[in-house]
Amino acid sequence: MTHKIFNINKAFILYKAFYIGLLCIITGCDPDEAQTVTNFNTLTLSEEFDGTALNTSLWSFDIGDGSAQGIPGWGNNEQQYYTDRPENVTVEDGVLKISARLETFEGSSYTSGRILTRGGFQQKFGRFEARIKLPWGQGIWPAFWMLGDDNNGLEIWPNIGEIDIMEYRGQEPTITHGSVHGPGYSGGNSITKQYELMNDRFDTDFHVFGVEWGPDYINYYVDDVLYNQITPDDLEEEGINRANWVFNDREFFILLNVAVGGSFVGNADPNIPYPQTMEVDYVRVYAAD
Amino acid sequence: MKKLNFKYHVLYPVLGLLCVGMISCERGFSDDIEFATFPNNPDIFTDAPVGLTDQFFESFDPAFGANTEGFGTDDNVAFEGNSSIRIDVPTPTDPDGGFIGGIFRDRGDGRDLTSYDALTFWAKGSTTAVVGTVGFGTDFIDNTYAVSLNNIELSTKWRKYIIPIPDPSKLTQEKGMFLFSAGTESTNGVGYTFWIDELRFENLGTLGQPRPAILGGLDQTAQTNVDSSVSIIGLTQTFNLANGQDVTVTATPAYFDFETSNPFVASVTNQGLVTVEGSGEIDPDTGEIDNTAVITASVAGVQAAGSLIVQAVNLNVISIFSDIFANVPVDNFNGFYTPDGQTTLGGAVNENGNNIIDYTLLNFVAIEFYGREGSGIQPIDASEMTHLHIDIRVNQQVNPSDTFRIEVFNNFATGSQTAGGFNVSGNDLASNEWVEFDIPLSSFAGLNTKDALGAIIFSSGTLANVSLDNIYFYSEN
Repeated sequence: MTHKIFNINKAFILYKAFYIGLLCIITGCDPDEAQTVTNFNTLTLSEEFDGTALNTSLWSFDIGDGSAQGIPGWGNNEQQYYTDRPENVTVEDGVLKISARLETFEGSSYTSGRILTRGGFQQKFGRFEARIKLPWGQGIWPAFWMLGDDNNGLEIWPNIGEIDIMEYRGQEPTITHGSVHGPGYSGGNSITKQYELMNDRFDTDFHVFGVEWGPDYINYYVDDVLYNQITPDDLEEEGINRANWVFNDREFFILLNVAVGGSFVGNADPNIPYPQTMEVDYVRVYAAD
Repeated sequence: MKKLNFKYHVLYPVLGLLCVGMISCERGFSDDIEFATFPNNPDIFTDAPVGLTDQFFESFDPAFGANTEGFGTDDNVAFEGNSSIRIDVPTPTDPDGGFIGGIFRDRGDGRDLTSYDALTFWAKGSTTAVVGTVGFGTDFIDNTYAVSLNNIELSTKWRKYIIPIPDPSKLTQEKGMFLFSAGTESTNGVGYTFWIDELRFENLGTLGQPRPAILGGLDQTAQTNVDSSVSIIGLTQTFNLANGQDVTVTATPAYFDFETSNPFVASVTNQGLVTVEGSGEIDPDTGEIDNTAVITASVAGVQAAGSLIVQAVNLNVISIFSDIFANVPVDNFNGFYTPDGQTTLGGAVNENGNNIIDYTLLNFVAIEFYGREGSGIQPIDASEMTHLHIDIRVNQQVNPSDTFRIEVFNNFATGSQTAGGFNVSGNDLASNEWVEFDIPLSSFAGLNTKDALGAIIFSSGTLANVSLDNIYFYSEN
């Protein structure tokens, strides 16, 4: 269980190698010692999806195939057309359901949904987490992620920054990915790490995906396991100026979507069962205090 | 049948005493009682057989060609440790038997496998090849919970194989630990060797999306007489693995819970045997007789794809080919009149658990049942029959001008042969869809006697790819 070695603090970062060895020993001696996964506990957003409709004062929709935004396939060769129809996005049974469907619609072979809190909720630093049951199958690409505020369009991606709390390939039902994108480290060159469940899957029950984000660090966790920390040091290790760390100076907003096909996953398999639905039990955000 | 069995308390004296104590003071089992369970040892072969019978390998019957000589262990090859199972697959002409296969059986009273979700092992071959069947649950006693995974691809490097348990909660006392069967179909008759190691039940936790199916996942209709029975076949369970691939195993009915929508029309046993109980009752809403029952199934609470829609009828039936009625013996489903210019290939096949007749390159083809070449098959006396039923699926584009011709022969291939034909119009056929036809025998112009039917010949113009099913003569009582 090497992923239980993390106990995030500055000293740990400075003396990473030493502490890895020491903490391994500690864990080995006392397996009951709990890993400190989260530190921030002051709720600033509690979206429980308990109603019968999406709260549109908080969430808005991205519609279409990206063409209207100038990025057909949403910049990733994705195959779906996003709609705001209840067939694709609905709130019922206490969960948000975003469903990818196999249907011809506005020239696309699939439909799905993407919602975002831009203008509805934005925050700098804190703990962002969601409890999600994922869909499955070749080419299904759900995500729980964040983009930086673009200053009314004055700045563009990747300079605004992107924090991917959860990305997942439907054909790899035991693996989630946590990443950051910024100037010099975007698209296929993002700073990323995957986390694999060894005796479970992400599509058979709910799991909590989260980050704790503060000055010069983003911690990634799944359920009770902290599996990565990304800092400006990671940029330097990739030969990128640490000044390109774009996560200290702006608010970010939240996105939830299910893409179908695209560069990250390959073409979708039309023969898997559809609809493929991502169920979100809650999205909660805590202040960095 | 998995009730408390007192004889096992000899094996588990502590639990046994506990049970007896509870019985004596409460006159019944309290909620706290723990029934005696069977060992849950997951290992079958590591470096040696684990808890198996002294024979270790119990072969299929040599009388049916099973080769008992090719099985052993190999101390020079192992995935882990120092030994593996070695299986030498014989050639089809090997005097000791042309294939190899059998089972491993628990040496005790069976194992409790309810805490596992799959049987797994590592294997490699001396060459790339396809092993016909691997599985478990076959114990050569009642084979109640038999599971098989067909056509696994061997590599020349070690590879892990996973056989999911369709519903682990059923396996409270299983003796059938492993089954394999291998021939040389994939190697053009060339013998080869494969090795198996680290054979055990595991709780992987990474199997998901169970999708059971009956009848190949299809919704099939059967018109069946009262008191007659039909078995639900084509039982499978599919799981998605951690690598994103689906794996489908065939499973016995004992894993399935069957249900009828209308027990007054049809019942279904836990073995999937459907019996038509009555001809139905008048529906108070419509005033019409509801003679339909829908048979469905589930595995571990997950609804199975596919259903059998039973329509109780009162028919006299002489069935040539169906999964619904007992079929009369026939000579063949493709007479292969090659010297006469026949191009048609194909015959009876199993399509996803459903037996059908599948023809390709069709120009004309015969189903013969007249006693060809002294076979002893008796012609059919259909004097009392009024209709021919047939299901037709055209596996290509259908045009209105297309024709599918059916000819029925009396006294076939004798001096007194007579015949009548009926043309099915392309207007009535559908591309890649089954269409049912009930054709009056009086429509077969020229078929004046039907006391010794011996063949049905199908011919077509441009329809070269056609599947047939449920071919039977009948009359309504």
